[in-house]
Order: sequence, then C-alpha cells, then structure tokens
Amino acid sequence: MDKTVASAAAAVADIPDGATLMIGGFGLCGNPENLLAALHRLGRRDLTIISNNAGTDAEGIGVMLAAGQIKKMISSYVGENSIFEARARSGELDTELLPQGTLAERIRAGGAGIPAFFTPAGVGTVVAEGKETREFDGRTYLMERWLKADFALIKGFRGDRWGNLTYRKTARNFNPVMAAAARVTIAEVEELLPPGGLDPEAIITPAVYVHRIVLGGGYRKPIERRTVRKG
Amino acid sequence: MTEQEKRIRIARRIALELRDGHFVNLGIGLPTLVANFVPAGMEVVLQSEIGMLGVGPYPLEGEEDADLINAGKETVSELPGTSYFSSAESFAMIRGGHIEMSVIGGMEVAENGDLANWIIPGKMIKGMGGAMDLVATARQLYIAMEHTTRDGKPKILHRCRLPLTGVGVVDFIVTEMGFFRVTPQGIVMEEIAREVTPEQVQAATEAKLIVAPQLRPMPGT
Repeated sequence: MDKTVASAAAAVADIPDGATLMIGGFGLCGNPENLLAALHRLGRRDLTIISNNAGTDAEGIGVMLAAGQIKKMISSYVGENSIFEARARSGELDTELLPQGTLAERIRAGGAGIPAFFTPAGVGTVVAEGKETREFDGRTYLMERWLKADFALIKGFRGDRWGNLTYRKTARNFNPVMAAAARVTIAEVEELLPPGGLDPEAIITPAVYVHRIVLGGGYRKPIERRTVRKG
Repeated sequence: MTEQEKRIRIARRIALELRDGHFVNLGIGLPTLVANFVPAGMEVVLQSEIGMLGVGPYPLEGEEDADLINAGKETVSELPGTSYFSSAESFAMIRGGHIEMSVIGGMEVAENGDLANWIIPGKMIKGMGGAMDLVATARQLYIAMEHTTRDGKPKILHRCRLPLTGVGVVDFIVTEMGFFRVTPQGIVMEEIAREVTPEQVQAATEAKLIVAPQLRPMPGT
C-alpha cells in the first residue's frame, strides 16, 4: 500500500468544479499550503469551502476567494478578510457562519457516522433560526446536522505512505476531524517517513482516514499576529 | 481614567477570582490581560480554543513559531505540562463543563444574563468564532468590559438590542465601576469602585441595579 502522490498538483487534479471541500487550519496556522496553491492554479470554480476561517486577503483561502473560485463558505470567523466581506455583501458569496465548537462537532459527527446531535451553543440566537430544538433535563438544546465533504485538504507534520499522520503544536486544530469527514482525504506533510518511522503511540490520524499523501515543501507559514515579550 | 487604566483594573479584579488548579479560558482582547495578574505561586492553566492547554506567555523575540498560536492568532509559548488536541476535543472540554471559568468581552449585557458581543448589524461581518459555545457552557462566565460605550452610553441594559451571543448565560460582570452578580432577581452590585457612588453607577447603567446589603469597595481602587 502506497498512498503517496508525486505532487500537490497531481493530488488535487480530479477535484471538479462545484465540489465541497474541507480545508484544515485555524487562520493561516496548519493550512495545507501546497494543496491550496495547486487547487488555486487548477482554476476550479463554484467550490463550497468548509473551513474555520477564510484566510486573509493575500494568503490561504483568501487567494481563491479573490479569484472568484468560491461559491459558498461555511466558517466560524472571517474577520481578517475584506474580500470575503465585499463578496458576501454583494451576494456573490453565500456564507454560513457557525459557532466554532458546532462547526468542529458537525465535522466530527460527519466522520463518525452521527447524523445529528444536540448542543446548547447558539440557542436563542440567529444560529437557531430554522433549527429544531429539544429539551433535555430542563435545558434547551439545538439540533445540528453532520457535515461531510467530497474532499478534505489537510496538513500534517509527519506522515508515512500508509497515510498515518502526526501534527505539530496548534497546527493540529481542525485537520484531524476533517480527515475523517470527506470521501477523499488528501494530506500534505513536511516529512514523509518510511513505514515504522512514526511512533505508533504518537499517531493522531490513523491511516484509514487518509487516501492520498503528498510531501509538501517551501512552507511560508505566515504569522497573522506576531506578539513577543521582552527577555 | 484612561482606557488602559480601566482595562487593567478590570483584569486585576478578575484575576482575584482565580484559584490554584483552575482551568480557564480567556477571550480575545481585555480578557487576555487577566493572564498578567495571576497571583505569584498560583498555577492556573489557560485553555485556548485552537486546541491547547497550558498557554504560556508571548515568546521571546526570535522564538516565534507559526505553528504555536492562540485563538486570537497571536504567537504564544509552551509551558511544562502543555498539551495539544483537535478543535473537536477543544470544544468537547468546553461544552462538557471541564473548564472552571471563562472570561469574555461584552458589548451589551442584559439584566436577565443575556449577552451580545459578536456582531453589530451593518458593520463588518466577522463571525462568532468560539464565543457562542463558550458562553453557553461555561461553569462560571465572567464578562470583562468597560461600564459604558466610548460615547458614555450604558452597556448593562434591561434587554440587549444587538443580536445575542447567548441567552441567560452571564454569571458576573466586572467593569471599572464595580463587580456585579447576575441573579434571578436582577443584577446585584457587590463591589463598587472607591471614586464613585451607587447613584453614579446606576446613572451609567440602564438596568435597575440591586445594591448588595454588604456593598464592598472594589479591590484595586
């Protein structure tokens, strides 16, 4: 078994116009930079993107937004992107904003075969509009449905040809949950190791969830807010 | 008082609520300042929604790591004992009631404990991020905010006018004017800053305040 694909371009080549994609990362942290760039170059359009954020004007998912490749975004926070703002206001971009924990759990549910669940987040707010509520033990909860995607583009730290993945620090974020929730999960990693190269106890995403794996390179890893202390 | 003096007073007062061994989530902005006033010798573990327990201080210059940020997308550092986990697990521990205390900013708080802090209609679209999950499920929810808007309008109201973040979720409000507890009877002023009278606080508040029988001076004022 070898899920290795030679290039990011080859790994995303069969993503069609109109596809629904999950894209890992929290802001620009933990983004699959190589896969995103390849998808942008491929020029696919009318994409539905499920991702916590929308990148910035010049980075990450923001590049595809600026190029008009995205039809709909399902996110929790999009505050650093003026292109998102402009396109959402003009109606060119359909948007669904969700509480972050609800977004994460809807994706987790999609990967775990749970069609719906109840959460207290968003009860009595605009998020609850049109959704079923139910009372459990005297408290009101909102029913939320699972989320699934045609493809997930995720970023691991190390991986092997089976598709096992580890992550690095807070670059983990949405990547492991998205890995399980797509029909085809494409992972890029900074280091590709031979089988046995990863400590089995340290593997966060087991190989079963990953369908293609690419060795990434040229990572830019932009920092959105560089904060330091004096020594 | 300058804006910064108000913010520091509020953060210092909330830090007095911390207890050794507490797991705490601090929201973006003013709440983040609370971390600067954790009493010496006390171990408080900060949780960040991005998927980290044991958030350390900002890194030294040159030690910034793009793979190590907080939910405000600021570079942070690790501590001995730090752990990392996915976004789903991060919110499972929030929703599951495992975080003792959450501190978050507020635009409006109503006397029934409703909170609005995520959107101003007509202004830039940002999104709620983790705020709705945090406020709905915090064991103790503290609102850290200035008592009035920049143009002096009350933020503690009979009913919120902005779109809500959560319904009946607020436990405590800390402003530069005092420390307030939200109760089924209404908002009780338990502490008051030394330079103001209860009448002055009420004048800056739309909701009818209940003055605690044992009204205390607010520490740090």
